[in-house]
Amino acid sequence: MGILEKHAVLEKSPTLLFAFSLVVVTIGGIVEIAPLFWLENTIEEVEGVRPYTPLELTGRDIYVREGCYVCHSQMIRPMRDEVERYGHYSLAAESMYDHPFQWGSKRTGPDLARVGQRYSDAWHVDHLVDPQSVVPESIMPKYGFLLNTEIEGEHIEALLNTHRFVGVPYSDEMIEQASADFMVQVDPFGDWDGLLERYPGAAVSNFDGQPELTEMDALIAYLQVLGTMVDFSTFTPDASR
Amino acid sequence: MSERKIDDETGVETTGHSWDGIEELNNPLPRWWLWTLYACIVWAIGYTIAYPAWPMISGATQGMLGFSTRGQVAADIIEHEAKNEALVAELVAADLTTLPPSSDLHRYAVARGGSVFRAQCSQCHGSGAAGAVGYPNLLDNDWLWGGDIESISATITHGVRNETDLDARYSEMPAYGDIFAEEEIEAVVEFVASLSSTEFDTDLAQAGSELFLDNCAACHGDEGLGDQMLGAPNLADAIWLYGGDRDTLTETVSNARFGVMPAWGQRLSDVDVRAVSVYVHALGGGE
Repeated sequence: MGILEKHAVLEKSPTLLFAFSLVVVTIGGIVEIAPLFWLENTIEEVEGVRPYTPLELTGRDIYVREGCYVCHSQMIRPMRDEVERYGHYSLAAESMYDHPFQWGSKRTGPDLARVGQRYSDAWHVDHLVDPQSVVPESIMPKYGFLLNTEIEGEHIEALLNTHRFVGVPYSDEMIEQASADFMVQVDPFGDWDGLLERYPGAAVSNFDGQPELTEMDALIAYLQVLGTMVDFSTFTPDASR
Repeated sequence: MSERKIDDETGVETTGHSWDGIEELNNPLPRWWLWTLYACIVWAIGYTIAYPAWPMISGATQGMLGFSTRGQVAADIIEHEAKNEALVAELVAADLTTLPPSSDLHRYAVARGGSVFRAQCSQCHGSGAAGAVGYPNLLDNDWLWGGDIESISATITHGVRNETDLDARYSEMPAYGDIFAEEEIEAVVEFVASLSSTEFDTDLAQAGSELFLDNCAACHGDEGLGDQMLGAPNLADAIWLYGGDRDTLTETVSNARFGVMPAWGQRLSDVDVRAVSVYVHALGGGE
């Protein structure tokens, strides 16, 4: 009698069958998933990628809340047609501070991985309020209500802390200043030197064109930073990856 | 433990399992199926040797063929650039003002410019270039900053009122809501409306005309024909960027408008800027 015939033992005991199934699945998981956590070339080092500003992070939460990822991907694949349409293919490092990542799995609308600074803030307001006013063939829903929802960022420190907990390198200073940074990013006349020091390249603007700080401000701040952190005029990715 | 059991009816060996007296035949798998399976296993081993596959300590195996997705996309791009190389060089060197519309180069520029336009410009100007409220129609011959090929090219290269290009086209209309009284705005609006419409209040428009000459004519011209050097729109035609009804005009005069366009010279290659300029010029309104 060979070892192969011993399977009758497993098949007759649900507990044993469950235990050994778990062993088999664990082996699969270790082989397929675990290496991603130690392989050095999973995420290459790229200059310029920084954690999101408090306002951008809030906008990102709105992006997730509204389910934007259902129709919009944030992943430019390394293919010629995508690179020509959307810009440089996405790098793993560009979503290293995304929890969860927003790669998406389906494009009903266009990819948004490099939508940042591609359109003016005013265009984004027009487009979010009534997408068909600028793109008549669009089937995107209207998000004008974002203009009416004022935000104060009362939980912004907790939000940054949560992201720090899962590995985003927010410094103590960033968390202390979170509330101030949150407010000053929509005030071009404010004192935003500290904000830019902590988050280089952040756009300071009254994104929605209204005096109030609304969800529209936060969402547009987030959209305007997408894909803009890495300067591809000075960075050439390693072609062997 | 068990001996080989042969099923009486078929003469085939059974697995020895028995459920309520029903036994399972142990027919061998078809040969072709087995050999296909073995071939697939051999092929898979070969594949993982040829291509990047196995995770090791610090990186994954690179594969014998040296394949990488990034290398492939780079090669793809180089291949297509090589195919267009001659035409691209010709277009970069060409004098666009004298490019004959029937030439192969012109056709190439329009085709290339069209695809650039659809990817980069259509979100504001529309996929058919007919524009939208606040975003100019590029099909007609009403131009804010000039409709000859050189002006179009300059507008595309440097953009309008952006903060990234020092040579961007710039002008800023004052917000007359802070300067005029309400009835003055009403009068100016009536005068502007009278320039392109036959339905207006003559007395009110007359009052507005003086205000217009004193305040608006410097940019929009005495007759409201506009000035392309300043991006001041022609107010005497019935073509409106934001709308020509009284309410929209009142808002425009009170708060002013400040349309922005990015500097595409910073984002697109020289040849793409030239191609899209030729495309826009060829849409119908080019001068």
